[in-house]
Amino acid sequence: MSLVGIVLVSHSAQVASSVAAMAGALSGGGETAPIAAAGGTDDGRFGTSAQLIAAAAAEVDQGAGVAVLADLGSAVLTVKALIAEGDQLPDGTRLLDAPFAEGAVAALVTASAGADLDAVAAAAAEAYEYRKV
Amino acid sequence: MNTTADAVSREAVHLTELDSEIGDADHGINMQRGFTAVRAALESDPPDTPGAVLVLAGRQLISTVGGASGPLYGTLLRRAGKMLGDGTEVSRERLTEALRAGVAAVAQLGGAKAGDKTMLDALEPAVKALGTSFAAAREAAEQGATATVPMVARKGRASYLGERSAGHQDPGATSSALLIAALARAAADGGSGETP
Repeated sequence: MSLVGIVLVSHSAQVASSVAAMAGALSGGGETAPIAAAGGTDDGRFGTSAQLIAAAAAEVDQGAGVAVLADLGSAVLTVKALIAEGDQLPDGTRLLDAPFAEGAVAALVTASAGADLDAVAAAAAEAYEYRKV
Repeated sequence: MNTTADAVSREAVHLTELDSEIGDADHGINMQRGFTAVRAALESDPPDTPGAVLVLAGRQLISTVGGASGPLYGTLLRRAGKMLGDGTEVSRERLTEALRAGVAAVAQLGGAKAGDKTMLDALEPAVKALGTSFAAAREAAEQGATATVPMVARKGRASYLGERSAGHQDPGATSSALLIAALARAAADGGSGETP
């Protein structure tokens, strides 16, 4: 069965890869849905790389859709612009409206259970509703 | 190839030079990266029409700029290029319509509007004035960029500064004014009946 893939886009390579590792650790012991980090620029600076995002999306695409979470600013805008391009990301790639770290955990847990892209997006968005104070 | 396509190609070169003069700001470096890639792409595979030039340039900006200016300017050029279509000659009126659509796409992508201390504060008055002349557009963009100085940023990273963002001219509006000025200069150099 093909699973929804997850892509994490951050201005920082370390933030993206660390949140991916955390989401994997919090998603239980078994096999998880594919998740890839696209952090920083392709020459190692803080920022956003369209190439890294496209490569990460291609890597996790199993045909069930790709859910992208982005942190802020150019990360969000670049994903939106790539989706608008139409041919830069796999079919069924969607930017989720969700908090980055919490949404990543919710998205990966849900995708790993075999849920479709709509359910993954809903689970990630629900993370906004968990108030901390 | 008509003079407008030439002008747009020259525009990319001019912008690379202009942005290299900005200094060590990230925005300048990012813009230089992007427009260097634009120039290389236009030289290696020169498009046949002005619309195709803008679409190719937009794609390069989205691909190569590490900051928000890439997707924003990239979207502006791509949308404008698509609006121009396959025509080999572009009047100022058609260019105005195309840029108006491009600027609207930028506003939608960034969720910003005039007065938020962004590139829109230069682009929107410039497009409006372009209906009159290229010179008027250049003037309006410069005034728009200057008018961002007292504004409090409501979009982008500068918005986190709140009131402290006032007193500084917005970099995005400044680079937009540079772009419009270069466009006006290219139109003046290009001639072909276009009134600068």
